[in-house]
Formats: sequence, structure tokens, C-alpha cells
Amino acid sequence: MLLIKCPWCGPRDESEFSYGGEADIVRPAEPDALTDEEWADYLFMRSNTRGLHREQWVHEHGCRRWFVLERDTVTYQFTENAT
Amino acid sequence: MKQVNRLPEGGRIDRARPLTFSFNGRTCRGYAGDTLASALLANGIRMVGRSFKYHRPRGIMGIGVEEPNAIVQTGAGADTIPGLRATEVELYDGLAAATTRGWPCVNFDLLAVNDFCARLLGAGFYYKTFMAPRFLWRWYEHYLRRASGLGTSPQMPDPDSYEHVNAHCDVLVAGGGPAGLMAALAAAKCGARVIIADEQGEFGGSLLYDTARLNGNPAAEWLRKVLQELARCPEVTLLSRSTVFGYYDHNFLTILERYGDNPGAQDAGGVRQREWRVRAGRVILAQGSHERPLVFPNNDRPGVMLASAVSGYIHRYAVCPGRRGVIFTNNDGAYRTALDLVSAGASVAAIIDCRVEGAGAIAEPLRRSGVEIYQGCVIADVTGRKSVRSVEVVPLSADAGTPAGTAINLDCDLVAMSGGWNPAVHLHSQAGGGNLWDEARNCFVPGATRQEHVSVGACNGSFSLDACLQEGNQAGLDAARACGFEASPFSTPGINQDLTGDARPLQPLWRVPLPRSPHRYPKQFVDYQNDTTVADLHQAVSEGFRNVEHVKRYTALGFGTDQGKLGNINGMALLAECLGKPIADVGTTTFRPPYTAVTFGACAGADVGTLYEPVRKTALHDWHEAAGAEFEVVGQWLRPWYYPGPGEDMRSAVNRECLAARGSLAIMDASTLGKIEVQGPDAPAFLERIYTHNVAGMKPGRCAYGVMLGEDGMVMDDGVMARLGEQHFYLTTTTGGAARVLGWLEQWLQTEWPDLQVYLTSVTERWSTIVLAGPDSRKLLQGMDGDVDFSQAGFPFMAVRSGSLAGFTVRVFRVSFSGELAFEINVESDFAPSLWQTLTEAGERYGITPYGTETMHVLRAEKGFVIVGQDTDGSVSPLDLGMHWLLSKDKDFLGKRSLARPDCQRPDRKQLVGLLIEDGREVSPRPSFRRKPESSHNKHLTEILPEGAQLVEQPGGVPPIPKLGHVSSSYYSACLGRPIALALVSNGRARKGDVIHAALRDGRYIRVRIVSPVFYDPKAERQHAS
Repeated sequence: MLLIKCPWCGPRDESEFSYGGEADIVRPAEPDALTDEEWADYLFMRSNTRGLHREQWVHEHGCRRWFVLERDTVTYQFTENAT
Repeated sequence: MKQVNRLPEGGRIDRARPLTFSFNGRTCRGYAGDTLASALLANGIRMVGRSFKYHRPRGIMGIGVEEPNAIVQTGAGADTIPGLRATEVELYDGLAAATTRGWPCVNFDLLAVNDFCARLLGAGFYYKTFMAPRFLWRWYEHYLRRASGLGTSPQMPDPDSYEHVNAHCDVLVAGGGPAGLMAALAAAKCGARVIIADEQGEFGGSLLYDTARLNGNPAAEWLRKVLQELARCPEVTLLSRSTVFGYYDHNFLTILERYGDNPGAQDAGGVRQREWRVRAGRVILAQGSHERPLVFPNNDRPGVMLASAVSGYIHRYAVCPGRRGVIFTNNDGAYRTALDLVSAGASVAAIIDCRVEGAGAIAEPLRRSGVEIYQGCVIADVTGRKSVRSVEVVPLSADAGTPAGTAINLDCDLVAMSGGWNPAVHLHSQAGGGNLWDEARNCFVPGATRQEHVSVGACNGSFSLDACLQEGNQAGLDAARACGFEASPFSTPGINQDLTGDARPLQPLWRVPLPRSPHRYPKQFVDYQNDTTVADLHQAVSEGFRNVEHVKRYTALGFGTDQGKLGNINGMALLAECLGKPIADVGTTTFRPPYTAVTFGACAGADVGTLYEPVRKTALHDWHEAAGAEFEVVGQWLRPWYYPGPGEDMRSAVNRECLAARGSLAIMDASTLGKIEVQGPDAPAFLERIYTHNVAGMKPGRCAYGVMLGEDGMVMDDGVMARLGEQHFYLTTTTGGAARVLGWLEQWLQTEWPDLQVYLTSVTERWSTIVLAGPDSRKLLQGMDGDVDFSQAGFPFMAVRSGSLAGFTVRVFRVSFSGELAFEINVESDFAPSLWQTLTEAGERYGITPYGTETMHVLRAEKGFVIVGQDTDGSVSPLDLGMHWLLSKDKDFLGKRSLARPDCQRPDRKQLVGLLIEDGREVSPRPSFRRKPESSHNKHLTEILPEGAQLVEQPGGVPPIPKLGHVSSSYYSACLGRPIALALVSNGRARKGDVIHAALRDGRYIRVRIVSPVFYDPKAERQHAS
């Protein structure tokens, strides 16, 4: 079980959190202007990184805040002080 | 029985406390401090089980967690426990143990015939033999399971209590032998918070039978002092009978703590077993090592034991397992067992040492006392089916290739073997650490670590007592320092161990070399518990298996409950030999938790029965219960399902409730709906992006039916949303979707639109919701005191009003999920019971009828209103549901773009339709609210379609048969006098009037006609009633 550092509550067990997938995917400002392929890329395609991965977490059973962490998908180590 | 093998003195048993137990029905005696295994050996019981596949007689081989053969079932009834190792069961008075294999009994097992037709039962035998014909598998499986004899599960509820404990510590030490105790002591002296766990009833590990002296005193003396010292440290937790069985991410470890094996063994709080879940700053692994068996023909005869086990039984339990022993070894360590046998009064027939140069100084006293030492020799066979009678010794040829020369037979009743030691790298590996093959020490040792842990002592490949203490000491200090404590140097005790000088190195002997194929000789067992032999491994390789993980699965090597603690490394080395590769290249199989078996009780902890899941009850629950409601679970809520009157079954109660709602007045508790308040200057802009309809156009005081979509365009949730003020909205969600919707809204607000100033508050429990449905609902409300204008002009459909009603402050929504004139009254939950009481009393003149979720479902289905999660499944778009009218063309909203994707526009998508069973009646019957008995004379007129039934074009046909869709909701409609159903049907809207077929599980097909999903009041005049 991962130990996750909530920026508001400090380190807590993984069971208090939910995973929110890859970070930094911005919703297109004008979806209608996108082709089907471009929209599908936003909607479905993820980088599935091996190595350092920026990802979203939410402290679901705590402060309910969303935040971004960087984690190595091989070692499961979180990067300290990643922005 | 007499304890024929019990030594007159010594051991850590309490001779003042004799115990009586039974084994396979025979009464035996032992002492407190015995294990079941030591007591069985004391009583001279050799055969303790039958092997897995060949049903060969087997005896006790080990002394602890590594034991593969002595698997027993203890107790009876609810207290029975299968699959225990006799070497780990602490003896108690009245213990009743039995072997799990052998029919009719362990001494005469009919399935031992397997041993004689073993040529037919090679690796992969089950896969090859029982595959065809497929329908017979159930029959095979029944007999195979019984033949494998894995014990019987208890059939009664577990009478014991279990719990989980979460703990944090600076240093967790796994293993309470010399290395672990030293580490714990060093860390504790620095002030660190330490948890040390050991799997046995007594701390000490090898110190419990080691003959070495520490600081000039017996090992047991040092052990006693250290334990006293640790017990005095307030920050130290000593857990005995506690196995660290799992090492997970970020130094999270799990420990199973037990309170003895006797029924009723529990702590003061009544807990029998406890699962510790520990987050540790640093972890010190000191799990020790397991002795390696040697692989030679018939190496499984009862009486063939690990050398260390023989020494352990002599010193710890004062039991000498044999009278005349033979030692078979490839290292110096087993010579100590010979000394132990001599000191116990047994004779040593010979020491068979595969090394030509033999052992160092330790051999001298044995030679002096006349023990024959055969150097450069091996055991080529063992005779004695139920107990060892003799061994055949042959010299190895000079090139150590194969046996050469004349065989000698030596009579004996015990073979103590040692092939070296395997460090217990299990936890290290679970934690993601790699393992390195160490040529010099001839074993896998822990390599690089991925987490904050270190291995010390024998599990690090450091087998000498001195090294154990040194490494433990250093690791304890380092761990304390890493946790921020000041570490002061600390010395380890001096060791006096005689005869250690001039030790000769171990010589690898993975199997006794044989001149011809291993198939041609008696079985040479690698994995005792699963009957995997050298021949099986050879066969697997000859059939093309190369990867160690594949060979494991094909031959079942390491698949037993011992998880290959004895056999795995031998197996891997033999595989390497077969493949002509170095052992390092073959590697080990994956080590996974748990290290040893964990009971289901401990896994579940206290989360059983009523504590399994929380139950949520509405403020009106007591009233429903008093009214005799049947409840159904929705999410975690208990909701009234229906209210059966005297003599009513479910169908007639629901029919009565439906007709009351349609004909006069009915009342329902809808408090479980999720409720979210949305406030803030940007609330309208935010909700505009969330909902599909036009939010800006809503005036304060108005409600709307709202649907929210996932970004993939599929319906996620629905409900009523009301605008209470310019910047103040109130949303309802489905009962099960409340938390999900709140999370969804928060996610968008926080991650995508943090610039919006919007505040979300869950108010589900704060408000209770009482629904009044039926043509008389307005009359009832108008007849009560209050300042809300309930007239059509003052309170139109889809409006919301706040005010007082009969003295209660209420918020009333004129919305309708039943299609009738209806009002949903929200009141603070504390007041809900009295308002409900007031309404039901006032409604008596209209025959007010409480109704539950089933009636709610029927009423909404008659109107074609969907339930998200029942009529939708995450792959249904609003277009599929015919909700085009709800989708704003003038704005963007979540999921809108996806609706334009080609897949969402396919004409053959499944669409929401109604279904009527073709029974010769007209499709649109005239509704009636009079109560009438169902037409029981014609059963097919009242049979409803099963929900989930597949829809096909024609009955029968040859598979694969194209599926058109499925029935999503199905009820008997009392007011229409016939069954109705909602369904998702491919291109369904264009197929109205077509007749298709519902396929039933019993093979029948029912003719159904596709109709509009709105069965009742298609113009929606009733809910708008003035």
C-alpha cells in the first residue's frame, strides 16, 4: 500500500485516496473545432509511461482535494517536491 | 503410547506438565513446550501422512515452517483447522489431530497404487489426461480433490473473533533469532520505536537449540537477558507467534499474530488472531534460512530428515528421532548433528560426505569415537517403505561424475541430510529486492533493495552466530540513526563455539549423479509436498519448457502450502543443469505474499456480519418498520421496498400501492436521493458546463430535469436541479450516485476550472424528502396550514417554493417521477418524522397509501422514465434514450462533442423502447384504477419478462445468433392490467410495431412487440393537472 503525501493533510495510506489518471491533460477550449481523431486523442489516449509519471490523486476520504504527484511507475516511488 | 524416543533430560519442555493428545485416533502423550511434531517423534510415530500424488508414506522431515509432509487437520466442527504443519502446532491437552490423506487410513492407502504406476503419472499428467471429454471434468474434479487430500473446510460459522490493528514504528524487525534480537536491542537502546515479530511461540530462533556459549554462558541465558531488556523498553513491542507474511510498497508490512492453537486461545479482549498492518520507517529482515534437502533415490522415506531438524528435536524438545543414524552431507554443519546424536545416546552408523576431502576439525571427535566417515561417497538408495531400514552407499568416481565402485548397505533408522542452506529471501523479494547467486556460499543472497530495508544474519547468507549478531547490531544502529536517533556504539557478546576451526567449504550437490536417466531409478524427490521429482523436471525440459516460471506451473514445483521452502532452490539448480545454464541465469520464481498461510478470519478481521458494511437508514426508518415495510438495499441505504398488508404478497401490495398513486394519493420516503447545494458567483456558468440543458434560461424558483454525461457522451447520472436564487442551485442525484457526482463536480472545479468561484456542499442527510403523488395531493396540501400557494397558478409544474406547511419549514418541488400530480416536500431531517405523521393523518380521508421503491419503479416505467444504472449501463447516450430535446445546441457541455462521434451516430445503436408481450390484446389498453384481481385464469397474461433477457429476431436458430438488445426493466402494470417492459433494442425507435422474441433461460421464447416506452398518459396531462 502506497504512502501518499497529501499536500494538505500529510502522508496517509493509499486507501484514503483515489487515483485520477495522467495529469496535465487539458480539456480543449473548443471541442467542436476538433476533428474526431483529435477529440478521441484527448478522450482516450494516455501515455502509459514506464518511469516518471505525473498523475492526479484526490484525498477522497480526507480533505477531498485534488493534487498532482510524480511517481515512478516501475519503483512506485514518488518524487519529493515535484511541481 | 509410551514416549520411546524421549530423552531422560534436557530440552525446553515442561516435564511437570504432561499433556494427552490423539493422532489418527491413537492416544499419545507429550509435554507442554512440545509441538505436535516433536510429540509424535517422541511417541515413535514415523508415518504422519501420505504424499500428494503417489500417496507414498511420509514422515516428519523438518522442524518448522519448511515442513512439507506432516500436514494435519486439528479439532472438529466449527473449530476444525485444515492444512496445519505439525511442526508448528503447539501441543495442548486434548488436541485431536489427523492426517488428511490416505484412504481408508494412512497406514493402508489404496491410492498408493499410484506409486506403482508412476510412469503413467508424469509431469502434466492432469493436463494431458483430464482435458477430454470436457463434460466429465466435474466428475474428475470431485475425485481428484478428494485424492489430493487437502483437508476439509469447516462447515460452520467461525466462533472466534479477529481484528486488524494499524501501527507505525521506526524499526520493524522480522524474525526473533540472534540477528533479529540483536538488531531490535541495538535500535531500542537508541530510543527507536521497535516492533519485533517472530513466528514461533518462543523468541530465540536457533538460540533455542544452539550449543554455543555467549559471553561464557549458555545461549539460552543470553536470550533470557535480552528478552528481559527488550520487555523493559516502553517503545518496544514484542510479538511472538507472529509471522511477518507480507512486505508491500512503501514499507507497509503485514503481520499475523496468533494466540496459540488450542480452541479458545485468545487475548484478554477475546481476539484469537490479529492482523497487524505496519508502516515502518526502516525494516530489518532477520528471517533466517532453511536447510536444503539432498536429492537422491527414495529420499522421502519416513526417517529421512533435515540434519538441523534432528539437532533441533534433540536439544529443544529432548527427542531423539532415531536410534541409529546416517548423516548425508555436502558441508561441515551436519557433522554437528552427528555429535548431537552421539550425545543423545544414539549411534551414528556413518557419515556420508560427498566431498573427497571431507570435513575440518569437527570430524575429529567423531573419528576418535569410531564413527565411520565415507568421504567422496553418496547415498544411492534408501530402503524401508514405512520407515528407513538401510541405505546404499556408493563412492563417486574421481571426476565426481557418477557413482563408481561397490555399493555398501548400512542399516539405520534415520537419515539426517544437509545440502547447505537457503537464506529466506522471501520478504526481501516481496519488497522488490533482487537476488544474487553467490557461488562461494552456494545460495541466493539478497541483492539490491528498492525499499528501506536490510537483511541480516542467515537470511543474508551470513550463517555463523557471530556474523548474525554483528550484522544485527549494525543494522539496528543504522536503522535508528536513519530514523533520527543518536546511535551509540554497542558491543555484541563474545561467542564460544568449539570445533569451528578449519571448516571446509560446502561442495554443491544438487542431486546424486546417476549413470542413466533419472526415470530409471527410484524417485528422487525435489518438492516433497507436490511429489515433483528429478524425472519430472527432465521431462518438462524435454517437452520444451525453458522458463523457470513455466516449469514451476507444469511440474507443480513449489505449488504446495509450503510454497517450495525446501524444494525450490534445488529445483531451480536442477533446471539450470538440464538447460546447461548457470543458476543465476535461470533465477528464482517470484516470491509473493503471504509467506505462510493466513486464515480468512484474520483477513476479514472484524469486518464480518453487521460490521461488514455500514447500513444507512433514513430519518423515517422507524415509521417504515412499524408499518411492516419490506426493505431493499440501495447503495448502502435501506429503503422501503413495499408495504405488505395482511395476507398480501409482493405483487398484490405493489398493485395496491400503484393504483393508490394513480387513483388518489400515495406517499413515499425519497430521502435517500443525493442532494448537493451549489453556490457562488460562477455557479450558473459551472452548471451550464455540467448539464446538457440550458441553465441560464432557468429563473429562480424553477426546476429542471437534468442529465449529466461523462466526457465520453454517456449518461452518468440524472436528477432534478432547482434554481433557488441567482447564484444558488440545488441538485438531486440518484441514490447510488450521490458520492460519485459530488466527486465528479469537485474534480472539474479543482482540476480544470479552478478560476470558477463555486462551492459544493452535500446535504443528502440534512434534508428528508417526502413525496406526495396522486390526483388528491394538491387537495391535501391546500387543506393544511401554511403560506405556500399550492394552486396551479401559484405553483406550476417544475416550480420550487419555500415556506411553512403545518408549522414546518419546508422546501417543496413540484416535480413528478410517477407521472401524476406530485409534490416533493423537503424538510430538515429532525422534523421529518413529525411532518410525515402529520401528512399521513391528514391524508387518511384520501386513503393515503405509503409506497416503496418497487411501486416507484412501476410508476416510472409506465411513463418511460429511465433509471440510470438500470436502463443505462455506462454505454448509453442521451440520444439512445431519445432525450434529444434535453441537449442544448447553444452551448458546450461535458460530453457534447462525443455525441457527434461516428459511433454515437450509428443508426443500429441500441435505443430505449417499450415492449409488450404479444397476447392478442390491443397495444394501448385503457387504464383503470379500480382494484381488480389479476386475470389468474390466464397465467401468461400476468407473466413478466425477466430483466436481462436477451432479445432476438426469431426463436431458435444456429449459434451465433445476433442479439438485438435486452430487457432492462420489467413489471406488471396494475393500471394497464398487463406486464410492461423497457428495453434497449438495436435501431429500436424505427422498429415500433415489429414483433421480436425474448429468449428465456428455460429455453422458451416470448413474442414481444416493440412500442413506445411511454405506456401511460403519453401526453403527460396528469402531471401538469390544474
